[in-house]
Amino acid sequence: MKTSAPERERVVGSKVTRVDAVEKVTGLAKYAPDIYFDRMVHCALVIARKPHGILHKIDASRAQKLPGVFGIFTYKDVPGKNRLGEVVDDMPCLVAEGETVKHYGDVVAVVAASTQKTAEEAARKVRLTIEELPAVLDIEEARRDEIRIHGSSNVSVHKKIRKGDVSKGFSRADLIIEDNFMASYQEHAYIEPQGVVVLPDTDYGMTVYGSIQCPYYVQSSLSKVLGFPMSKVRIIQAETGGAFGGKEDVPSFVASYAAVAAYNLKRPARLIYPREIDIHTTSKRHPVKSRYKMGFSKDGEILAIEVDAYMDMGAYATLSPVVMFRTLVHAAGAYSVDNVSVDTYGVYTNKVPPGAFRGFGSPQVLFAVESMVDEASRRLGIDPVDMRMKNALREGSRTSTDQLLTESVGAVETLDKVNELSNWKELNERVEAFNRGSLFQKRGVGLSHIIYGVSLGAQGQHIDKSGAHVQINRDGSVDVRIGGTEMGQGAKTVMAIIAAEELGQKLSQIVVHQTDTAFVPDSGPTVASRTTMFSGNAVRIACKSLRERLVKLYAELNSCSEDEVELHDGMISCGQDKGMPFDELIEEAFKKNVKMFEAGWYQSPVLEWDPESGIGQAYITYSFASQVVVVEVDMITGNTKVLEAYTVHDVGKAINPEGVIGQIQGGFVQGMGYALSEDLKMLNGRILTDNFNTYIIPTIRDIPRVFKYGIVEDEFSEGPYGAKGIGEPSLMATPPAIANAISRAIGRRIRHIPATPEYVLNVIKEDAE
Amino acid sequence: MRINFRLNGETITTEIEDSMRALDLLREDLGLTGTKEGCGEGECGACTIIVDGNAVNSCLMLAAELDGTSVETIEGLTGSDGKMHPVQRSFIDKGAVQCGFCIPGMIMSAKSLLDKNDSPSKEEIEAALEGNLCRCTGYVRIIEAVEDAASIIREDRK
Repeated sequence: MKTSAPERERVVGSKVTRVDAVEKVTGLAKYAPDIYFDRMVHCALVIARKPHGILHKIDASRAQKLPGVFGIFTYKDVPGKNRLGEVVDDMPCLVAEGETVKHYGDVVAVVAASTQKTAEEAARKVRLTIEELPAVLDIEEARRDEIRIHGSSNVSVHKKIRKGDVSKGFSRADLIIEDNFMASYQEHAYIEPQGVVVLPDTDYGMTVYGSIQCPYYVQSSLSKVLGFPMSKVRIIQAETGGAFGGKEDVPSFVASYAAVAAYNLKRPARLIYPREIDIHTTSKRHPVKSRYKMGFSKDGEILAIEVDAYMDMGAYATLSPVVMFRTLVHAAGAYSVDNVSVDTYGVYTNKVPPGAFRGFGSPQVLFAVESMVDEASRRLGIDPVDMRMKNALREGSRTSTDQLLTESVGAVETLDKVNELSNWKELNERVEAFNRGSLFQKRGVGLSHIIYGVSLGAQGQHIDKSGAHVQINRDGSVDVRIGGTEMGQGAKTVMAIIAAEELGQKLSQIVVHQTDTAFVPDSGPTVASRTTMFSGNAVRIACKSLRERLVKLYAELNSCSEDEVELHDGMISCGQDKGMPFDELIEEAFKKNVKMFEAGWYQSPVLEWDPESGIGQAYITYSFASQVVVVEVDMITGNTKVLEAYTVHDVGKAINPEGVIGQIQGGFVQGMGYALSEDLKMLNGRILTDNFNTYIIPTIRDIPRVFKYGIVEDEFSEGPYGAKGIGEPSLMATPPAIANAISRAIGRRIRHIPATPEYVLNVIKEDAE
Repeated sequence: MRINFRLNGETITTEIEDSMRALDLLREDLGLTGTKEGCGEGECGACTIIVDGNAVNSCLMLAAELDGTSVETIEGLTGSDGKMHPVQRSFIDKGAVQCGFCIPGMIMSAKSLLDKNDSPSKEEIEAALEGNLCRCTGYVRIIEAVEDAASIIREDRK
């Protein structure tokens, strides 16, 4: 697809001001907690606070007596089906008496009161009688199946790849390395906690305003819990204060709890999670324990790779089976390898169910595989960049699932560029020189090279589609409505750029509205770095039809050829004529009853996939990244500081380069927190680090002093203007780069993230013994 | 109890409960929802307001403590003519905004710094903003925005 506007005039690729920034810097933007309705009640949750046990009795009598309490709702008050879960509905909405509670944060009741404070006080007074059962608290214990959390085996999901013959590959290898890795939890730590307001509406149904990543998931969940047809459940996304995957399926749960209160009281019900409730009850990045075996030739070629990865799904499957698909496909890394065997397993435990988090099951294994490749390059005495270059994917290469790559493979270019950007050779010499003169501070340079499968892939292709609705108003202003959501990543700005590009209207006249299920049909989830591509294509398709009508009209009015009509920056012209402002042409269109709205629809190309062998087209395309970091490790305390970072991403095409840079910077720092400081501690299934005083995310003081980035644009023919995705890969390159840098600094392999000072110090001490 | 204070240049006299937080007074009683709550324990800085020139976490402050003070919130930074404060302008121009939830607090901390010091070093900016968590931007452009605002403020004073 080629645009008719000349390159120099394009809005696409130019530097624009974020379209939703003014409301956000003036405090006018409305997030869920900022939305108030008359007669609104405030809700609080009663959670189990035991990891495993039989819930015998819910006693709300004391709580009920508190002045200002309007109702305490339990499983008995759920009007529809008392079940939740987007992929597997193995989770109760509210745990029933006689049933088992399966983790500390299981929700038992919803309290509604006149104020937040009263609701929380009442929630504390609800007494639960729970007969405790022994709890399963780690992957190994779960695998033994002595205690079965859902009746059948705890190891409930298994996916595999069988490509080539790994034993043959290993038999040819000059070097075989085997190792074990552990990537622990990561909490999303969006600054705005989960929150919704649910209200009975004028369509005799229920409307939700909420901090929501995937409105159509919420609509479908609520329809089941309320027993309403989907046509009577409307979801309007409020401004959303960060999500990162944490608001993918969880808002379906939050809205369901609030809806039970709203339904029973026939009043608007507001449920805003206090930070502690958010951390105790909502999803995280999955802990993944992996075993790797890789065979290499002496010149660095990867001959075989064998992986087992066990993923802690917590008490309910939630999104784990689909997260595991991405784990599976990314486990062998960004390389061309003939012999691949990967097994990934999902395991139930009595802990909080992890789910979606930026990278979606891939950062854990990319950390492991990049550590393996780094170790091989060290042992073989091959430069880490050369080692990656030797095995990197190129056009004509086949991925670990034997998918033939035919276009948009910017992998090698990212390696070249990061080599250049970091001044790799000189950087390494500089660090070596520092280390020669320093005893207690050691520096290390780490490299990573990663792959990211764009959008939902073979296992999610049945929901991989998106709609858009574009309407030009009589004054020339343009309404753009998409099924994807803005959650900070910049979707609105990208959509406005695309509409401005295609329609030729000024960017300032394009309004991208909050997502509303009443206007746009089910567009799948806003996940998998797919919004630019899927919503973007849908907007582009709708705008193209409108553009054609405008071109035709202008050509008729001015008796010129349609081929010569140009629309750009609020002006329409033909050849050398003086042109007409966009809004005047729209006025003409309205007078002539020309249809000035259009729906756009884009669906995933069909992917051929065999789930039995794990062979086939796993994703529509792939993004690539390469990253170099320099760390300094204090050998006395084990503390690591990231000093320099260089990162290069192949995004296909940067429609909004400012937004891409924002993603690259933010993803890096979030990945840095995961790699170093974000240590979720648990005791008997209870999270101890339940607020920001103990769960430590990076502050402004922690960012590297030198932070350089590069963008590679190896265009993808299906993407709008060639764009792929950047949301997730921005984070994924960072944990392995940091782990490798620490390993190089201390001369011993980091096998666990986060690499906290305590962990690093232990690794250093092992070395000394 | 009854308290009197200045809020964004206007005098406020209001009845409050003794145990009410300053944050709740602003958001719930006075409808100023630009000030956000992220953690409720003074760790994230989303609720930052300026009281007598100092940036404070309004979730840790009692409404009663506002008696007799002069308070600024994000809503007070935009002039009645709609003109934004240089910090707000710079946050937009430098691309320092993503989800926006931390931004009002971030801007209030930055304004409090720049009111006292219009030529802050990078270290001084970091020290002033280290109590404000942002999960989206990676902070790089927030620092650039504060530096940019400082230069505009210095220019305006000439």
